[in-house]
Amino acid sequence: MQDSTLIEVSRLLKRFGPKVVLRGLDFHVRQGEFVALLGPNGAGKTTFLRILASLSAPSAGRVSVAGCDLPRQATAVRQKLGVVSHLPLLYGDLTAEENLRFYGRMYGVDALEKRVGEVLTLVGLTSRRRDLVRTFSRGMQQRLAIGRAILHDPEVLLLDEPHTGLDQDACEMLDEVLMQVAARGRTVVMTSHDLARVEEMASRFDVLSRGRICSSVRRDALPPDGLLAFYRRALAEATPPVEEAL
Amino acid sequence: MRGFLRALGAVVWKDLAAELRSRELLSSMLVFALLVIFIFNFALELDAVARANVTSGVLWVTFVFAGTLGLNRSLAVEKDRGCLDGLLLAPVDRTAIYFGKAIANLVFMLVVAAIVLPVYSILYNVNLFAQGGLLWVIFLGAEGYTAVGTLLAAMAVQARTRDILLPILLFPVVIPVLVAAVKASSGYLQRLPMEEILPWLQLLLAYDVIFTSIAFMVFESVVEE
Ligand SMILES: Nc1ncnc2c1ncn2[C@@H]1O[C@H](COP(=O)(O)OP(=O)(O)OP(=O)(O)O)[C@@H](O)[C@H]1O
Ligand SMILES: [Mg+2]
Repeated sequence: MQDSTLIEVSRLLKRFGPKVVLRGLDFHVRQGEFVALLGPNGAGKTTFLRILASLSAPSAGRVSVAGCDLPRQATAVRQKLGVVSHLPLLYGDLTAEENLRFYGRMYGVDALEKRVGEVLTLVGLTSRRRDLVRTFSRGMQQRLAIGRAILHDPEVLLLDEPHTGLDQDACEMLDEVLMQVAARGRTVVMTSHDLARVEEMASRFDVLSRGRICSSVRRDALPPDGLLAFYRRALAEATPPVEEAL
Repeated sequence: MRGFLRALGAVVWKDLAAELRSRELLSSMLVFALLVIFIFNFALELDAVARANVTSGVLWVTFVFAGTLGLNRSLAVEKDRGCLDGLLLAPVDRTAIYFGKAIANLVFMLVVAAIVLPVYSILYNVNLFAQGGLLWVIFLGAEGYTAVGTLLAAMAVQARTRDILLPILLFPVVIPVLVAAVKASSGYLQRLPMEEILPWLQLLLAYDVIFTSIAFMVFESVVEE
């Protein structure tokens, strides 16, 4: 049981100057779980994902991914992560395939040309592979950003509101990619405000509020009135934390 | 080590390929550099002796200011579209990213020099290519300048006032490199004996090594959040 825990976060604290955003957050994810991270605007979901992604250092507490501690063993963690953030993390003056080729080299992907072709097909951009990313629409950039994140076949996929800006087709493409990733035993943590969509996909729902995970439920234990009702109750019940002396 | 070189190569290739497309960085550097030498040409009515004296100063003023433009753009491109995060997410040593950016910036500066030198030679009727040593000095000076410049640009790009912050941070730090480069260049241009140039060359080389090593050591802490 213990050894299948992939992400382990305990008593995580993050402050920006005097402002405490995450206060003693505990979070455990087992291999193969698909966790939807929910919470109101400003709850700290992006901040938390950036810490998991090793882009931001925790102020206190322990964070470990696949047995490697952050921030000490960050390089080992990075090899196992794929990240889709708010920004596409792509270069406008390179073509779609050049962007993937660049990131592929950074990750040391084997048989790169073949993999780039596969990924472009998967995200439906094969016909635009030689076009500059600068000329892409927002949704096309997001598709390519997803391709960039899965290029090296990461063990853990972190996604921050990946459906934003996608059209209906692209949303379905993304869902399909995510389901494929999950079906292969990969672990996914995704933030979203689209409850109806994640209710279909995730295997677990965690609500982040006031700097902690205040409620967590597995999909098979969801109450009969659905995710939205569960989410509303979770937020209502989230009592203000006892202010610890600073 | 192979991973390091592969990542470094990827960063250099990416910067050069993107620049070859947009020519955004080189064109702004070049327009600026050529303007500076034209203005000097009109402003200074020089006889042959005075010209030999000011040439190295004019050249280095041109390189330094054009270089700042390039450094700022090179890091701003990463920051503004979030690509810096993309680089930092990669499982490679931070110093591979630093050296990749620094080498690309050095190439841009040398391209500017390769265009400025012939134009200057024609405008001022001197042959700057007659002195092989001058080319070496330009290479060494540009190396020291981009080594510190890339580091400080990575620092400045986090701030809202980055365009003015970079020169304010960079110029005081880089003065030893510039003084040595200007002195060594003018030594070659005035055809001074080698023993008068050598101390400046040594100083330049020493600062290049020092600056590159410091930048190598602290880059990681500069980009970390
Ligand atoms: N760099 C920063 N400096 C200061 N405060 C920050 C910084 N980044 C985030 N914050 C603060 O941390 C809090 C959480 O922000 P975060 O972006 O993580 O929220 P979120 O849950 O992702 O919200 P949303 O649903 O709107 O995306 C906010 O109050 C924000 O102001
Ligand atoms: Mg967010």
